[in-house]
Amino acid sequence: MIDLALDIASWIAFSLGGFFLIVGAIGMLRLPDFWSRLHGAGIIDTAGAELILLGMAFQSGLTLITVKLVLIGLFLFFTSPTGTHAVANAAYIAGLRPLGLVRDEPSDNEEGAS
Amino acid sequence: MFIAATLAVAVTMALILIRGFMGPTLYDRVLAVNAFGTVTVLMLGLIGYLTERPDFLDIALLYALINFVGTIAILKFFRYRDLGHHRQEESK
Repeated sequence: MIDLALDIASWIAFSLGGFFLIVGAIGMLRLPDFWSRLHGAGIIDTAGAELILLGMAFQSGLTLITVKLVLIGLFLFFTSPTGTHAVANAAYIAGLRPLGLVRDEPSDNEEGAS
Repeated sequence: MFIAATLAVAVTMALILIRGFMGPTLYDRVLAVNAFGTVTVLMLGLIGYLTERPDFLDIALLYALINFVGTIAILKFFRYRDLGHHRQEESK
């Protein structure tokens, strides 16, 4: 009985996680510019990864394996937003701007910036 | 169950790889490599379950750490063209 419940929970987590992973990947492939592709990468890094890890944790129960899965989840939870922010910051400094930008306030304030 | 999840992860990896090769700017490629590393961590964990060898999770943990450090190192290198850069040297 409890095994069946855990299997159902795992199936739900895997299905949702796989859905978010594929949606994020399609978004990364099809969205028009770098700043909108960041959204796809964000979905993969947070919703997709954490849900797949949750589904694996349901299958192993309260063991050392789950502790490792929780550690991986924590690291991904903290490092992937940091990494995405670093990429976005570097792209902004390098002069990439979103499509259809009307007014670029930070560049307006710096004199001589494009 | 794990096979289905592994298939979803494999499709995701293929799509991200296409973006990594296509990516018009450097930052698209870095973003794709970063996301690819995250998905690789999931793939390693799932392979550990498929082969019933949970030792793979240690590798996945290590890969998660190296992936983050690698992304930051690539970005720092392309900004300063040097990994040992200090702020004080620039202001001299």
